[in-house]
Amino acid sequence: MAERRGATVELREVTKRYGDTVAVDQLSFTAPAGRITVLIGPSGCGKTTSLRMVNRLIEPTAGEILIDGQNVLSEDATALRRRIGYVIQQVGLFPHRTIGENVATVPRLLGWPDARVRARVDELLQLIGFDPARMRDRYPAQLSGGERQRVGVARAMAAEPPLMLMDEPFGAVDPIVRERLQNEFVELQRAQGITVIFVTHDIDEAIKLGDRVAIMRAGRLVQFAPPGELLARPADEFVARFVGSDRGLKRLALLTVGGAELDPPVDPAKLDGAPVLAPGMSLRDALAEMLASETQVGMVRDGDRYLGVLTLSHIGALLRTEERS
Amino acid sequence: MTAGEPIIRWDWIASHAGEIGLRVGEHLELTAIAVIVGLAIAFALSFVALRLPQLYPPITFVSGTLYTIPSLALFAFLVPYTGLSIVTAEIGLVSYTLLILVRNIVGGIRDVPAEVRDAARGMGYTPRQMLWRIELPLALAVIFAGIRVATITTIGLVTVTALIGEGGLGYFILLGIQLFFSTPLIVGAVGSVLFAVIADAALVLVQRSLTPWSRIR
Repeated sequence: MAERRGATVELREVTKRYGDTVAVDQLSFTAPAGRITVLIGPSGCGKTTSLRMVNRLIEPTAGEILIDGQNVLSEDATALRRRIGYVIQQVGLFPHRTIGENVATVPRLLGWPDARVRARVDELLQLIGFDPARMRDRYPAQLSGGERQRVGVARAMAAEPPLMLMDEPFGAVDPIVRERLQNEFVELQRAQGITVIFVTHDIDEAIKLGDRVAIMRAGRLVQFAPPGELLARPADEFVARFVGSDRGLKRLALLTVGGAELDPPVDPAKLDGAPVLAPGMSLRDALAEMLASETQVGMVRDGDRYLGVLTLSHIGALLRTEERS
Repeated sequence: MTAGEPIIRWDWIASHAGEIGLRVGEHLELTAIAVIVGLAIAFALSFVALRLPQLYPPITFVSGTLYTIPSLALFAFLVPYTGLSIVTAEIGLVSYTLLILVRNIVGGIRDVPAEVRDAARGMGYTPRQMLWRIELPLALAVIFAGIRVATITTIGLVTVTALIGEGGLGYFILLGIQLFFSTPLIVGAVGSVLFAVIADAALVLVQRSLTPWSRIR
């Protein structure tokens, strides 16, 4: 598939009021092209409302939403929605249509010729790991929850949208399936360069998937930052509590062994039982192995090259420098 | 009925086969017109009720009130206006289908899962496309349940219209009562029941072929 660039989405002081209640209060941020921007916060913080204003399922009371510089309010809402992918937690597959027909939804609405629709459906079914011949003519009721969720993602991608809006898309499946769906999705998203705005209430999911994370509270944006920065330098007490007291450990999951300083190599014979670590390994996994070993240190090897020794104090030092920088 | 007379005289049935066939045709016609016209009116009322939900209670109140009027009284009331005619018969028959049809059309469409609607809107369905491509197909099973009940009810009620000169198989029931002769009475009653059973089975087949997804699970 050809590499495409996603759209840049800019919210400018977007406000949504319901009577006297302010659901979203002067929200401004830019979701960078080809990246995943996660909206997160406690229930009622306005994250879903914000998402649904982008494709005008909810009309903003004030402010502007620009997709590649074009105001969404100046475009016909139906046409706008057809060029934006949309995935929700309950998936909302059409129960009276087969998997193939479900995936074909937006291309059909756009009037693509039959042959192109069929080719695109098969391509997408393969992309989500389905055998098109076997799955195309099944009905949603015949699929598992995880399979339905995959079809929901394929359906949203069908017309090659430059932007996808996803509202807790993996919230309704069990943790093992969720993890697999997350990994598959990131791979797809990276390969296709789609811009994604993603709503979740799960901070681990936000840190794992987000290139940017927007933390919201009571309709306002509290912090907008890459996940590493969010964990290292929470803007206030609310963010610190929201990301959790284990945010140091969470950051380790984002850092790799290769980024830490090392002691010079020591004779392996003196480090009997020390785990061997690769530079690409996450510091969280490295730490777990080191703590479980007798020596409390790890030997870092890149293939045949013995790079040095990782100690607990190096890990601590790295966390501290990140917090200051 | 005379003592000693057999309950059914098959020779009577054999000699009246042509007339029985004619009355079955009339019964079918009266029923089909009532259900089809009833459906058309019920769809119109349902779309109004779906668009303006505040009108749903008055619509069901009126169709519910019509439903409670004894059929005999309704036909008697209409005769001075529309005479002993098929119009009189159909006004009554159609009135009785409305309550069940409107309820099932509105209910079936309202039962479409919110997430299906949300996904459809989010992908760019216009309200009209949503109605025809999503809501009506998904409501079809419930609508058909209504059509089945309306059809069976109408087939029974058609016999009553014999009193105003229509009646289909009801003609034989009336004849049997007037002549104290059980054979036509049984032909009319059993025929009407058989007709209802066959019509219901046919509707089930039609529904299954229209909603292939509902057989899976």
